[in-house]
Amino acid sequence: MASKENVIGSAGMYGVFERKGGSAPTATHYCPGCGHGILHKIIADTMADLDIQDRSVVMSPVGCSVFTYYYIDCGHVQTAHGRAPAVATGISRAEDDAILISYQGDGDLASIGLNETVQAANRGEKMAVFFINNTVYGMTGGQMAPTTLVGEVTATTPTGRDPRDSGYPIHICELLDTLRAPVYIERVSLSNINQIKKARRAVRRALEIQRDKKGYAFVEFLSPCPTILRMDARRIELFINEEMEREFPLKRFRDRSSEVVPIERRESDFSKGSLDGIFGLIGEEEVEVIPDPAFVAKGVKIAGFGGQGVLSMGLALAQAAYRSGRFVSWYPDYGPEQRGGTSNCSVVISGESIGSPVVDHPDVLVAFNRPSLEKFASDVRKGGLILYDGLAGSFNPPEGVAAVPVPATEIALSRGVEQAANTAMFGALMELGNLGLPREAFGGAFKRTFAKKPKLIPLNLEILEEGARSVR
Amino acid sequence: MPAQLVEGNTAVIVGAMYAGCDCFFGYPITPASEILHEASRHFPKVGRKFVQAESEEAAINMAYGAAAAGHRVLAASSGPGMSLKQEGISYIAGAELPCVIVDIARAGPGLGNIGPEQSDYNQAVKGGGHGCYRNIVLAPNSVQEMCDFTIKAFDLAFKYRNPAVILADGVLGHMVEPLNFPQTAVEPVIDPTWAVCGNRETRGNLVTSIDLDFKELEAHNLNLQAKYDRIRENEVDYEEYRIDDAEIVLVSYGISSRIAKSAVDAARREGIRAGLFRPVTLFPFPAEELKALAERGSGFISVEMSDGQMREDIRLATGCRDVGLVSRYGGNLIGRDEIMEKMREVA
Repeated sequence: MASKENVIGSAGMYGVFERKGGSAPTATHYCPGCGHGILHKIIADTMADLDIQDRSVVMSPVGCSVFTYYYIDCGHVQTAHGRAPAVATGISRAEDDAILISYQGDGDLASIGLNETVQAANRGEKMAVFFINNTVYGMTGGQMAPTTLVGEVTATTPTGRDPRDSGYPIHICELLDTLRAPVYIERVSLSNINQIKKARRAVRRALEIQRDKKGYAFVEFLSPCPTILRMDARRIELFINEEMEREFPLKRFRDRSSEVVPIERRESDFSKGSLDGIFGLIGEEEVEVIPDPAFVAKGVKIAGFGGQGVLSMGLALAQAAYRSGRFVSWYPDYGPEQRGGTSNCSVVISGESIGSPVVDHPDVLVAFNRPSLEKFASDVRKGGLILYDGLAGSFNPPEGVAAVPVPATEIALSRGVEQAANTAMFGALMELGNLGLPREAFGGAFKRTFAKKPKLIPLNLEILEEGARSVR
Repeated sequence: MPAQLVEGNTAVIVGAMYAGCDCFFGYPITPASEILHEASRHFPKVGRKFVQAESEEAAINMAYGAAAAGHRVLAASSGPGMSLKQEGISYIAGAELPCVIVDIARAGPGLGNIGPEQSDYNQAVKGGGHGCYRNIVLAPNSVQEMCDFTIKAFDLAFKYRNPAVILADGVLGHMVEPLNFPQTAVEPVIDPTWAVCGNRETRGNLVTSIDLDFKELEAHNLNLQAKYDRIRENEVDYEEYRIDDAEIVLVSYGISSRIAKSAVDAARREGIRAGLFRPVTLFPFPAEELKALAERGSGFISVEMSDGQMREDIRLATGCRDVGLVSRYGGNLIGRDEIMEKMREVA
């Protein structure tokens, strides 16, 4: 008998709720008097009327309305509790013509998903958010919602919501109305026929804004949940009209739809040519790295204060080695003191594939300051070399290790470019480092490291040579 | 072949873009942030979509949305962020959506620090979120593989409609090495049989992971299990080094496998018959191959920057209780000498 239940059809709804199936294929799974059925029908009617069903995708939220996709004839994606606006954002960005509808209850939208709600609104995402506020968690079992009224009894406020313990109802429209991006914000009610007519107009406006790709629209519906609130039809209408409306006044907070322009996003370009272009591969020369097991691998550690060009000197060395056909790795070590403190990097130069990119026992240590010198000098291999900035003062190296002061900062200052101390040091490394790289590879690296400021190359080549001369 | 010196995190973005990925949603976290930076820099230049999300949860749910629309989506984070993403990954697995997720693992637990660790193994390899599901997990060990495996991950994610995770670490993310750039660029085609794109062709489609019917949900789970078995059958990948006559087999993945490889060479010079078995896929785990080595009589040492999370899989695969472990924690790489010491102990 149930299968013959008389349901007034809607153009935007499935004729038979196949996904629900069972013995009553045209009956909904909602309780009598529930607001969801009313709103589903309004949304479906409006979609059909605006001819946007093909473009529409509804986010089915967690809760009673998770099965929206039984009813409304459009695309559907079911989402985790609170995350619908994020999921809708993802679809909207991927598919610029899609119309996104985020359909959410009060626990979903205003509690676990408040951040997603506010942030999607603040980005002005192209979506209509329909917020069903019935002051209570429905499907989960009648617990307190963020919108539960003061004094209202729920499964988790058995003596009524006490603001001293649970705070006050959250007003989402008012909260979102503090943001600049939303195009449309309105609070309506589903309590009776007159209110439903107004609600229908709000849904229409929100979906017109979506059809025209104009941005974010938010409609809150004060909605009946007679089953969980244990009220009959008359009483729930009064509850909404008097108690809920007192807390959540019906209002159109804004409608900027006539003043905003459509948001259009570009199509993705997948061509290889475009990618080669943005990664700077066009005209890029080829480098052949040839295994050379006879080459003894070298580990270089470069250390100093942040801002002394420690990391960029390491990258220049890596470029020099790579363009000389060696295997190379560069690795920065950000210690806990990385912000405004010391930093160091490891460069490994090898004739075969490299194991660890971290140099614990360097063949060459380059120290730009005293703390780095003291921290790493004892790690240098026997027979190894330490190059340190002369400003670090005199230093007695560990046994079997040579230490050479380099007037790096002094050279750089004399040239009026303090930040070029690392270039002078790079010259000293070229002169004494014994890294098995051709001299021209060092200066050649500047073509890469100064790719954005090629004007600086000649001066740096001079400083490089001066650094080399200073330790000759 | 055009090549440049590139950072590991950048190589992920290079791979993703040549693989036809056109959506990136991310949240800042060290040591994965450069992936976010590079995406923000390069994606918009070719009309691809980038959003800095408000949270890790929002980021993975944006990814879920774009994946539901059939697009190639990349997400990236590090341990603390990966923990937050698990909810979304479970939904992606449950709804059978393709998505590539990169974990540039750092030292934990809790806030830990930003040094490298391999302690996200269980989280990535065993599922990580609620419910019975598996991610396909690839473990690169070089900048080149950060790029190449990202491309491969997209292929596998779409082949099986499943999340695919690149499990790397802070060293791989930040190190710079030569990268040979991809020779082809994928022009992706959306599959209208399941995607929900907001158009006529896909209007009847539904992406969901809810099923209130116990029988149906059990059937869905069994289907997922069958899919994971197909993945186990077809996608195992590994590398062997000097394994033929090895009495001691180091089992190691990711950055640790490179150090293990140099330890093998050093051990051989001392006359220790050592070899390296490197799982490239962590799920599917190369269990049969390890079992064959065990049957041959090899002993195993797991070299991993965690408390033996992978060692458990080696034990299960080989049936050997006595699997050695060389590990470091807290952001410290394993030293070659530590591996040597362990090998000398058991040789």
